[in-house]
Amino acid sequence: MTYLTKPRLHHPTLPVNKVGYTRRDYEGKVSTLCAGCGHDSISAAIIQACWELNIEPHRVAKLSGIGCSSKTPDYFLGNSHGFNSVHGRMPSVATGANLANRDLVYLGVSGDGDSASIGIGQFAHVMRRGVNMTYIVENNGVYGLTKGQFSATADQGSKSKRGIVNSDSPIDMASLALQLGATFVARSFSGDKKQLVPLIKAAISHPGASFIDVISPCVAFNNHPGSTKSYDYVREHNDSVNRLDFWPSRDAISVDYAEGEVIDVPQHDGSIMRLRKTRPEYDPTDRLKAIDQIGQHHARGEVLTGLLYLDREAEDLHVHLNTVSVSLNKLTARELCPGAAVLEHINASLR
Amino acid sequence: MKPTDIGAPDYFHKVVDCQWACPAHTPVPEYIRLIAAGRYGEAYMVNWKSNVFPGILGRTCDRPCEPACRRGRVEENNGEKPEPVAICRLKRVAADFKEDIRPQLPKPAAKKNGKKIACIGAGPASLTVARDLAPLGYQVVLFDGDKKMGGMIRTQIPRFRLPEEVIDEEVGYIAGLGIEFRGGKRIESLKKLLADGYDAIFVGSGAPRGRELAIPGRQEAAKNIHIGIDWLSSVSFGHIDKIGKRVIVLGGGNTAMDCCRTSRRLGGDDVKVIVRSGFEEMKASPWEKEDAVHEGIPILNYLVPKEFMHLNGKLTGVTFEKVKAVYDDKGRRSLVPTGEPDPHYECDDVLVAVGQENAYPWIERDLGLEFDKWDMPVVDKTTLQSTIPQVFFGGDAAFGPKNIIWAVAHGHDAAISIDKLCNGEDVRNRPAPMANLMSQKMGIHEWSYDNEIAPDERYKVPHRDTKLSLKNIKVEVELGFDTKLGFKEAQRCLNCDVQTVFTSKQCIECDACVDICPMDCITFAVDGEEKDLRTRLSAPAKTLSQEIYVAGGLRTGRIMAKDEDVCLHCGLCAERCPTGAWDMQKFYLELTPAGPGCRERHNEPARKAA
Repeated sequence: MTYLTKPRLHHPTLPVNKVGYTRRDYEGKVSTLCAGCGHDSISAAIIQACWELNIEPHRVAKLSGIGCSSKTPDYFLGNSHGFNSVHGRMPSVATGANLANRDLVYLGVSGDGDSASIGIGQFAHVMRRGVNMTYIVENNGVYGLTKGQFSATADQGSKSKRGIVNSDSPIDMASLALQLGATFVARSFSGDKKQLVPLIKAAISHPGASFIDVISPCVAFNNHPGSTKSYDYVREHNDSVNRLDFWPSRDAISVDYAEGEVIDVPQHDGSIMRLRKTRPEYDPTDRLKAIDQIGQHHARGEVLTGLLYLDREAEDLHVHLNTVSVSLNKLTARELCPGAAVLEHINASLR
Repeated sequence: MKPTDIGAPDYFHKVVDCQWACPAHTPVPEYIRLIAAGRYGEAYMVNWKSNVFPGILGRTCDRPCEPACRRGRVEENNGEKPEPVAICRLKRVAADFKEDIRPQLPKPAAKKNGKKIACIGAGPASLTVARDLAPLGYQVVLFDGDKKMGGMIRTQIPRFRLPEEVIDEEVGYIAGLGIEFRGGKRIESLKKLLADGYDAIFVGSGAPRGRELAIPGRQEAAKNIHIGIDWLSSVSFGHIDKIGKRVIVLGGGNTAMDCCRTSRRLGGDDVKVIVRSGFEEMKASPWEKEDAVHEGIPILNYLVPKEFMHLNGKLTGVTFEKVKAVYDDKGRRSLVPTGEPDPHYECDDVLVAVGQENAYPWIERDLGLEFDKWDMPVVDKTTLQSTIPQVFFGGDAAFGPKNIIWAVAHGHDAAISIDKLCNGEDVRNRPAPMANLMSQKMGIHEWSYDNEIAPDERYKVPHRDTKLSLKNIKVEVELGFDTKLGFKEAQRCLNCDVQTVFTSKQCIECDACVDICPMDCITFAVDGEEKDLRTRLSAPAKTLSQEIYVAGGLRTGRIMAKDEDVCLHCGLCAERCPTGAWDMQKFYLELTPAGPGCRERHNEPARKAA
């Protein structure tokens, strides 16, 4: 936490994006989290991703629950819509908002407490319904606001700052999302923005339920030897299956790689996702194998990161419900009350 | 890249751009903070120790510090017009509002050391030598052709820029140190002076001769053609108190600006400055040009004087040749006639301010004092020693016309040389500066300096109404900042002396500093050669004169690279750092003055341990 507001001055060469904003325009208030918190790095990655995607800030709705992670939407995208909901209830607010206005970019930010404990039911349903949103879990394995008790994602056998060993079995949020039907599942680390920023960009562009589990060390309570979510542990045990590059359109692709190591994934909106495989045997289009790989790595004490699963034929809630293409909040009385003649016509068809 | 050695005094000194650019290396941010705190006397003394004439320089300095000021760079693309901190005028704030600082000045030496030093000329260079040496016990004698001390400060700078009381006060502080002044008589022979048994002689006689303009008509119209610096000193001494209604000033330096503005006050209604070069390339400081234009003086450029026109022995005007600047492929400029008809400007008087020259008619050429092909004495740039070991040169007398702050810097260096010479030491062995680095952390988010960045643009110094200031040559034009404006301007200073110091072994590479840095100065990256690294940073580091601070030894094998260029020294990196890997530490550098500290043997114990 800091008491100074970040000075308005910026680097003289700070560029503007296609919609005329600098990266600094996507910032929010100064963070009140502990100095060195991984969550702040994730906020910076979200800012970078939205700037690179040329998203107009007023086209984003950021939603969160309760906890350190859920405070962070105040620290990025200060000119976007925001909703800080009840503990664990961000998914239902997001679902409702998305139903009412399908034209916004929905960004849900939650933590391991908010999503894996009190809100696990809501998490399950938002994934299986395929709400078109990016769901980011800032996962530090502890309850930071209440001084460092283990959360539901803490690994069995890992130690708290006071030396207590966790005896409960952990919930793996990425596996859960896969089982529940998420169509984009990734895992990353707050200390690796090179990996995280393209993942966020791809997730935002994905037309379905995208989930990113971001390991985010809690510097105050979970960054010590014995923790499996510390900067050192994650760096030593990080096994990244691929690196992702993301371009808003095909014209923008500027890097060439050797044949055979990459997969280009065109997106519906014309953007291009390019995967550089660091593990040739890993296939990110196979849901079952992904679950298997995550489990095997976890058993070895390793953290599998990268784009773990992608459904190229993803569909979202609106497709499932067969809603009109115009967002519901834009429908006027004329469309909603088409008149007695139309009603008569409908009634006749039911007789 | 090689990791940065922050232990070398030059590294952090360069980061304090203003101090590095100042010939006397005045600790600028230190005194600006004192001004902001209302501690004007202390701010004055920081200056006085370093540059000897804070009140005078606060009005007249050439301010090499200001173009160097980081504030100018960080305001680029951030507002209307990037401007440095008004360092020079803040110095005047310290001088204007200080309490009586006389009790803080050194006392005349209680015991003389038996060494006698002669200073030729009583201008800023000689006065600096005297100030540094007199308190050490040297018997310093200053000689000057004028009856009062001050040299060009007194004779050439017009009173409307520098009131006489300010000169009297600051020269008086030095006079009070127990020096001897023999005014009103020029030194006519170095040979005779050498025979008088001085242990060292310092030549600080300036560049006293105004350059001539030998074009047709010069002799015939001589009565109305005056050499600028001579004319200015005649005005200063009250020998001249009027000039014709129409005046042309030839030349584009600061002397030309003083000439035209003085003319406006002595009856010149139609005063013009006419220069050979373009307006932008004129040697005069931009602010002096601005002040002249503000007083209704047009500056005409690209006109080369061709002939003084005259009738019956009276000047009638000047004819010029119109030229344009042409650059060759190496970027060298030449002025080429445009072929247009020669313009003619009528006038009653002409002031020639086309440069100054050194003149040493009083130095016999058989003394062993070597002169170079430009007839300048051969002087060592560091020691200021001539080819006669006990004769030193400084100020304009050493390397041609410069300015007051350079004269002061030379004075300090010469004083060190003289002190070492008189103690039988090698003058080439120069003392290292005193450099100190100290954490400014007071608490979790508390620093001993004000780290909030003021968004304010540069404040203008209030001027007296032109109607009033043009009436009386002794009325000072600039009113100076009052304490309120002075505070606001002081708050624009970025405290560049409070350094970002990085300790690799504390760093956990959490990126907190990278994310918070408003100027994108910090990057954690894979190591590489400097040229390549400069392109891979969070923001490209294009100012090659600014260093990249590099530290290795991180757990991931990467390096920390910080571009010093536009760092605001706001300390947010240190505030956000969870482990204290970043700390804000004040770098204080003071040059070692003449005296025991500059001598090699000063470390020897005065008496043996029991």
